[in-house]
Amino acid sequence: MSSSKQALAQSAASAEAASGTQPGAARGAHGRGTPPPGPDSWRSRLYRWDMKASPYAFISPFFIIFGAFSLIPLLYTAWYSLHNVQLSSLDQQTWAGLDNYRNLLTSDFFWNALKNTFTIGVISTVPQLMAAIGLAHLLNYRLRGSTVWRVVMLTPYATSVAAATLVFTLLYSWDGGMINWFLHFVGIDPVNWRESDWGSQFAVSSIVIWRWTGYNALIYLAAMQAIPADLYESASIDGANRWQQFLHVTVPQLRPTILFTVVVSTIGATQLFGEPLLFGGVSGSKGGSEHQYQTLGLYMYDQGWIIGNLGKASAIAWSMFLILLIVAVINLLFTRRMRKSQ
Amino acid sequence: MRTSTRRSHRVVALAAVAALATGLLAGCASDDDNSSGSNNGGGNAKGKTTLTVGTFGVFGYKQAGLYDDYMKLHPDISIKENVTTRTDVYWPKVLTRLQAGSGTDDIQAIEVGNITEAVQTQGSKFVDLGKDVDKSQWLEWKNAQATTTDGKLIGLGTDTGPMAICYRKDLFKKAGLETDRTKLAAQWKGDWAKYVDVGKEYMKKAPKGTKYVDSASSVYNAALGGGSERYYDKDGKVIWDKSDGVKKAWDVAMTVATSNMSAKLKQFDKPWDQGYANGTFATVACPAWMIGYIEQKSGDSGKGNWDVAAAPTASNWGGSFLGVPTASKHQKEAVALAKWLTAPEQQAKVFAKQASFPSTPSAFATLKPAADTTAYFSNAPITQIFADSAKTIPIQYFGIKDQPINTALTDVGILQVEQKGKSPAQGWDAAKNEIKDVLGQ
Repeated sequence: MSSSKQALAQSAASAEAASGTQPGAARGAHGRGTPPPGPDSWRSRLYRWDMKASPYAFISPFFIIFGAFSLIPLLYTAWYSLHNVQLSSLDQQTWAGLDNYRNLLTSDFFWNALKNTFTIGVISTVPQLMAAIGLAHLLNYRLRGSTVWRVVMLTPYATSVAAATLVFTLLYSWDGGMINWFLHFVGIDPVNWRESDWGSQFAVSSIVIWRWTGYNALIYLAAMQAIPADLYESASIDGANRWQQFLHVTVPQLRPTILFTVVVSTIGATQLFGEPLLFGGVSGSKGGSEHQYQTLGLYMYDQGWIIGNLGKASAIAWSMFLILLIVAVINLLFTRRMRKSQ
Repeated sequence: MRTSTRRSHRVVALAAVAALATGLLAGCASDDDNSSGSNNGGGNAKGKTTLTVGTFGVFGYKQAGLYDDYMKLHPDISIKENVTTRTDVYWPKVLTRLQAGSGTDDIQAIEVGNITEAVQTQGSKFVDLGKDVDKSQWLEWKNAQATTTDGKLIGLGTDTGPMAICYRKDLFKKAGLETDRTKLAAQWKGDWAKYVDVGKEYMKKAPKGTKYVDSASSVYNAALGGGSERYYDKDGKVIWDKSDGVKKAWDVAMTVATSNMSAKLKQFDKPWDQGYANGTFATVACPAWMIGYIEQKSGDSGKGNWDVAAAPTASNWGGSFLGVPTASKHQKEAVALAKWLTAPEQQAKVFAKQASFPSTPSAFATLKPAADTTAYFSNAPITQIFADSAKTIPIQYFGIKDQPINTALTDVGILQVEQKGKSPAQGWDAAKNEIKDVLGQ
């Protein structure tokens, strides 16, 4: 949002600049005509109106679509969340006030889903970002066929969630899956990856890690390549070895990028849905028999579309939205502090 | 001159933006129209009417060539089928479209687990088919399930799911058990607990790497389908925790879940398919529509090794209906097609293709399964076994939340006992909590 506002302000400003304050520059640069003289000629007014309104017209498609498919549903969901609404009788809504939210706060299922979202989020995001930095660091060296490596890194990201999850489900199969077969060689008893508490969360996280590590590595790599080489040069003159260079030059320089990836991954983790749903197979929206990997997204889907309680599902959706807002605020405070300390 | 060209550029650009925006919006709208198909009825060559049929899973109409036959009989009709694989994705979509009054197909399939919800909440959104057909064609209980309180018939019965026991003759032999289908049926006749007792015998000498059943849940579903009470009583009141049928089925399932006779698979999951291919379980309670599935998933290794015996009690699992939404723009044509598709002759053709069992008794006598299916199941008299079951199935009352309640019992309660080592009491309590959540209590 803020970025689009900035863009708006900028384009308006540049339009202003081109409009008449610097007619020479405008003519020279863009071959535009000098505005006709006379402040009240209709042409001039039309011209100014054109200059002011056009930028808005150009960006309007985004806002029209955002309004139709995001804002209106968002507000409608808020309205639903204050009512008792069943999927099978959408027109019979009874006012429920904050009952749906109150029910959520006392529901073990909701807290369990929140907890799972958090733990799966942590065990998928932290290793993912750390591995991504390491990979980016390796890719930053001069390598033979570096483009090939970069493309290879990005292929998991280009795979569909459904295809990836299907393959992982087979790998993690209890009976005859490749991972249990491998564990057997190391002398570990087979793990019931789908039904055990930590096993299932680990399995779901591993799908997320597999899909997103390469993507984050490429973002880090791009940022690394923007780090001036003389920083490394002076560090090596000071006698810093590769590891120390990584720790004291690369990581501090990457800080804004790291923050960006953390924010994006956090949002992704809060909305985690496709992987656990498909990993669960039939009745996957339960997230396991004890809801051991039911995330908030799954709980919402289960309530809304499987059980048909749309009012409660809407309340879950809004709770997720509020949680994301809180995360955003924490992130904002954190960024401000970081800027000050620099 | 110069300014005017520039301005016309602007106008063109603005127009392009506007066109893009409306194009995007219209794109979404026209998508809906396509799936409803009712709007482009006249768009086809020479005033052909296009009817759309919304189904889930595999109905077999296309596979049995019924659409082509119908289009030959009625050259002015063309038929398009919109298939959604999973019911749990299909049904919410249909519900919202019915209520929006647009976007529905001309014929909409309804699964038996959803029929009560359709009857009680969407009755006014479906055309009354009762006056257009001869109701006596169908099994009485099938019609009863699709009839509203004011006597409106909103769906015509397609298939039913009479139950049998499919078993691996070769594995039974190795385990030293009886392999003859009539003698086996006699061993467990009348009680699902006896079927489980045979399992205990099987496990004493089970061939390496094999179990007696695929899962405790499948035994539960089979046993539940044979009782007179499910989760709701006749008046639509939830009685699941007092229901005699549920209690009996639960107890049998608990015997399986706490023993070592279950392969602990989840039905319709990939590992379940692999179980068929590798022959890791010796029996499965099989409704008629599962016959084709078993044949397909077991492949060549199962050929002639599978056999079919009568189930302990007559039981039904699954089956569907065809309804015509009032939102259809071609109601008359759609009703005619639905009537034709569910007529006994056509149901017999679908049976011949994929063993979906008819809901019209007059078709029973003419049923002929595909020759290779008969050979695959050791020449078992499949038709006879299913027909006997279909005739004596008790009338069951379904409720609005029948499916989520069932899922709570099988995929939460039973699964916890079977796979997580919880006690039956803990499993029951977990299911109870889940059902409370389902019912919003």
